[in-house]
Amino acid sequence: MRRSNAPIFWSLFGAGGVLSALIGPMLVFITGIAVPLGLGLPRDLMSYPRMLMFAQHWAGKMFLFAVIALFLWHGMHRIFHNLHDFGVRTGTGAKLVCYGLALLGTAVSAYALLALGF
Amino acid sequence: MNETRKVIAIEVLRYRPELDDKPFFQTYQVPFAEEMSVLQGLLYIKDELDGTLSFRWSCRMAICGSCGAMIDGVPKLGCHTFLRDYYPNKVRVEPLAHFPIERDLVVGADDFIGKLERIKPYIVPKEPRTLAEGEYLQTPAQLERILQFSSCINCMLCYAACPQYGLDPAFIGPGVLALLHRYNADSRDAARAERMELVNAEEGVWSCTAVGYCSEVCPKGVDPANAVNQNKTTSAVDYFVNLVRPKGAGR
Amino acid sequence: MSARRPYMRPMDGWWRRNPFFIRYMIREATAVLVVAYVTVLLFGVIRLAQGESAYDAWLASLRSPWSLAFHIVLLANFVYHTWSWFQIMPKTMPMIVIRGKRLQPAVITAAGLLAAAVASVGLLLLTLGIGS
Repeated sequence: MRRSNAPIFWSLFGAGGVLSALIGPMLVFITGIAVPLGLGLPRDLMSYPRMLMFAQHWAGKMFLFAVIALFLWHGMHRIFHNLHDFGVRTGTGAKLVCYGLALLGTAVSAYALLALGF
Repeated sequence: MNETRKVIAIEVLRYRPELDDKPFFQTYQVPFAEEMSVLQGLLYIKDELDGTLSFRWSCRMAICGSCGAMIDGVPKLGCHTFLRDYYPNKVRVEPLAHFPIERDLVVGADDFIGKLERIKPYIVPKEPRTLAEGEYLQTPAQLERILQFSSCINCMLCYAACPQYGLDPAFIGPGVLALLHRYNADSRDAARAERMELVNAEEGVWSCTAVGYCSEVCPKGVDPANAVNQNKTTSAVDYFVNLVRPKGAGR
Repeated sequence: MSARRPYMRPMDGWWRRNPFFIRYMIREATAVLVVAYVTVLLFGVIRLAQGESAYDAWLASLRSPWSLAFHIVLLANFVYHTWSWFQIMPKTMPMIVIRGKRLQPAVITAAGLLAAAVASVGLLLLTLGIGS
């Protein structure tokens, strides 16, 4: 029987799943609730100068890239398989669209993070 | 003075290929007693009410794996499920899901049996052994690694539970993969590499999406979900090692 | 001539027929909002690269009531993802025997949830630290 390439996507799915399980809720709280509302965290925590400094630092870049890329690969892998559960025929086309979107997001984030400079 | 006998309605999915276009439900009124199993209910129907009802059964004690059915939509062994847990409501009995119906509650098990045969379900010795060398020795710890996975009674409830098998019958499936794992994890066995070919295929562990219902319905605590999903890691490691290794080197 | 005519029942609506399957589908569906959230973040990074006014517009949109309501929904989604992830994690692990006793699935789940709690607090402290 032919060896499946699923391990590539499954490993990315797993890494993204662990990362999002560990820090997803707090990330959402910080970026989407606490900072915009000034709830326990200063409202200017995500101001342009601060975020620019963060994104220009190599550690900040790595963090942002890891979160964006891994969350995307996790999500799109699960969505791809869930389509199959709904009875959608998940052939090469569906695979290209789902993983293609993850690849696109990964590439765009890499480009944007590099464009921000150091 | 006769006390009024309690009666439970058992609704069975019938299908006679020579008579019926498609399956239909037929309800029987069966005398109810506290200790009666669903299988005993079916046996009463066959003996007293309708001799045409067809179903598999044998041991009546949850070890032969013959009497599996969908009882109120859940895969269960008929001998291991009791009418008192449904009384006074009716009990709906249907053949195991995801299998072709041959007649009434009898499903075609050919696919499952064929898969069992494909996985080398036997110890392949590491090196040739003579009888004079005596038996294999195994520690309790080594036995512990395989004992639960060896408890499978081939009842196919896990296949009826597995939606991935239902959606794509090419999937080797929970029970057979649990048995495969039982042999790979056996300290006496040497055929891991050959079995990994099945594990690594799309039809192997990679059709599983960790629904977990298979382990939920298993009457023997085999936990096939665990057998399949821990082998995803094994398979992934095997995949990446194989990428790095030069082509043609060993297996 | 064989009288056999095996009948295959259709799979349509399979997951609606059992609460176990409905919970499974909900677990899998958390992926949609994970992608939604990370798309918001990705746009933030893009806007950041596009300059101050573009970024400030993105930041301002996070303060709208729609965005806040959406992020509350996202938060619930991620919390459920964390919970369900560590619920299923024991199934993916081989048997672990410690001092003669098997490590129970509930312990693995608890350890995972604890790790998430620690990571969350760590992230918060790190954020406060970087912010100052």
